[in-house]
Amino acid sequence: MKDMTTDKTTKPEKNDSKNVIDNVTGNEYKYGFTTDIDTDIIPRGLNEDVVRFISAKKGEPEWLLEFRLKAFRHWLTLTPPEWAHLDIPEIDFQAISYYAAPKVKENPKSLDEVDPELLDTFSKLGISLDEQKKLTGVAVDAVMDSVSVKTTHRDKLAELGVIFCSISEAVKDYPELVQKYLGKVVPYTDNFYAALNSAVFSDGSFVYIPKGVRCPMELSTYFRINAAGTGQFERTLIVADDDAYVSYLEGCTAPMRDENQLHAAIVEIIVEDRAEVKYSTVQNWYAGDKQGRGGVYNFVTKRGLCRGDHSKLSWTQVETGSAITWKYPSCVLSGEGAVGEFYSVAVTNNYQQADTGTKMIHLGSNTRSTIVSKGISAGHSQNSYRGLVKVAPKANGCRNYTQCDSLLLSSTCGAHTFPYIDVLNDTAVVEHEATTSKISEDQIFYCNQRGIPTEEAVGLIVNGYAKEVMNKLPMEFAVEAQKLLQITLEGSVG
Amino acid sequence: MDEILLNVTDLRAGIEGKEILKGINLTVRPGEVHAIMGPNGSGKSTLSEVLAGNPAFSVNGGYVDFHGKDLLALSPEDRSHEGLFLSFQYPVEIPGVSMVNFMRAALNAKRKYFNEEPLSATEFLKLMRQKRAIVELDNKLASRAVNEGFSGGEKKRNEIFQMAVLEPRLSILDETDSGLDIDALRIVAGGVNKLRTERNATIVITHYQRLLDYIKPDFVHVLYKGRIVRTGGPELALELEERGYDWIKEEID
Repeated sequence: MKDMTTDKTTKPEKNDSKNVIDNVTGNEYKYGFTTDIDTDIIPRGLNEDVVRFISAKKGEPEWLLEFRLKAFRHWLTLTPPEWAHLDIPEIDFQAISYYAAPKVKENPKSLDEVDPELLDTFSKLGISLDEQKKLTGVAVDAVMDSVSVKTTHRDKLAELGVIFCSISEAVKDYPELVQKYLGKVVPYTDNFYAALNSAVFSDGSFVYIPKGVRCPMELSTYFRINAAGTGQFERTLIVADDDAYVSYLEGCTAPMRDENQLHAAIVEIIVEDRAEVKYSTVQNWYAGDKQGRGGVYNFVTKRGLCRGDHSKLSWTQVETGSAITWKYPSCVLSGEGAVGEFYSVAVTNNYQQADTGTKMIHLGSNTRSTIVSKGISAGHSQNSYRGLVKVAPKANGCRNYTQCDSLLLSSTCGAHTFPYIDVLNDTAVVEHEATTSKISEDQIFYCNQRGIPTEEAVGLIVNGYAKEVMNKLPMEFAVEAQKLLQITLEGSVG
Repeated sequence: MDEILLNVTDLRAGIEGKEILKGINLTVRPGEVHAIMGPNGSGKSTLSEVLAGNPAFSVNGGYVDFHGKDLLALSPEDRSHEGLFLSFQYPVEIPGVSMVNFMRAALNAKRKYFNEEPLSATEFLKLMRQKRAIVELDNKLASRAVNEGFSGGEKKRNEIFQMAVLEPRLSILDETDSGLDIDALRIVAGGVNKLRTERNATIVITHYQRLLDYIKPDFVHVLYKGRIVRTGGPELALELEERGYDWIKEEID
């Protein structure tokens, strides 16, 4: 029986205590394909002519061109923000093409008119634009590069008066609504990237829920960057009128490229009396390779104005992609008793950087906000939470609860917390809790002993950690998001 | 019966360069219960961790045959799939991961190893219900996070519950009696006894005779300074209870 070597080790290499997390993050980005499709693309560079070109290409009215030009001229006076805990290489804004559109027929009437390559792209991403999607109760607006490809279920929604279309179409079909709300929550003067977006925004979704309507299905926009050397500047505008309700989902992916791609979006949300908007994001832009080459720069301004009494806005985000993320979905709570929520899971691995969080601006009395942020850092990544809770002098009886947790999966990553609290009213109650933890070797071994391999164990533990936030996602997204967390962290335990 | 389930030959192992196990020899056959006793620091827990494959420990020599497999060459999860179960002395908490998800992951990983389809949700929940009864764990357990906020007794019952679900060939119970009151001890021991079959075997690691009143061992081994220095029947445990370990220490040192 004793035909063995004398030197044996109990640890197969993949379970070496130091490399455990390393091994869990080595996965390739599965959405990294490109679609071979005819694309209309304008030469790189940005000047007034480009802004005019984009506006003309979309057949926009004069007021919108004016809006763009004002934004552009303002943008020229600005410099990129540098206050975030991010190391952003200098971006040559003249080296980017500001308009790329897959060549499709204008407004496809049915799926037969949509380029099969495009449909194929979206089905590879697990986004079926087919009518069978009806069964799942999700209406989808698919945006590839600069253009909305197809919006499903429009007819059914129209019966209820719900408008869900691309913003370009909304400009044509509902100009008065767009003009009334565009730039009201995020003015083009807001910041560098907001000004840039306002000048060159290409497409995005427009949602209007009329008074008293509960939108019967999830509305979803799927963003895809495809063309090389382009930026994506989409703009989303959501208006929930009195007593309306809508749940909106946003997903994004991009091909793998060596160069960095710029994504600078704006989302504006207006919530009227007693209305409620749930906005969920699963952000999975290409994050760059293991050495940190390539990946999307995700510089996004998202803000909602809860101006209605007892209105409610809830942001839920699962951020796993992008080389650099700069993003602070915020709530301006001006209506009496308005409620703002922010639930976030931000995962960074390899050389990713994220500086993300929220702003809760309490302007109305008895407004309440909740912030739950779960950061997960692995590899050499840097992950920062940055949040502002502000209570205005005249806002009485406001409450905020903030919980800010960090989970570290390596000894080379960084987790940072920058909470700003600015309370100008004595009646406010503001709470802040923060924790930092690591996945312990004991937890991994416990799982291993029960037969659960390390990668799956890390997935379980991370999902357990993020559960509070994941539970806020609509069912359709939750499973996908859980898998995404696990994939993002593959090869990262250590 | 001549079949051998576990055969440990001259096993030497340690942690951080310090040798703790200095040549362990142990043979376990199906259907047997072995008790390993010994004073603090003799290497009892190290033995269980090394057999289970805890990467914090290094093996410096020896061989372990586990029903024909080279145990030490297997990953911890494959050792589990092959039927080795360790009831931990200090079960860890895994916040946010429900027992249901945890056990489903464990069971389905095992089924995958044997090329079996994952259990359906209905089958799985039925199994959970059956197994829970063995250790009198209530329904709420399923939705609670793994060991989080469990009392000492609940943690140990939870270990035996997991053992019941995974149906191991060899269970190692590491100080399962520590921190248990008499009622919990009875329940845990009762669970272990219900799970005994002709095919499986149990190694009970304990300080005290007390547990052995409930789980009757066939063999009692005394581990001291990294070696098994004495092996006997149940009467050896009683003798230890009465006389302590000093007389053995004196004989050895």
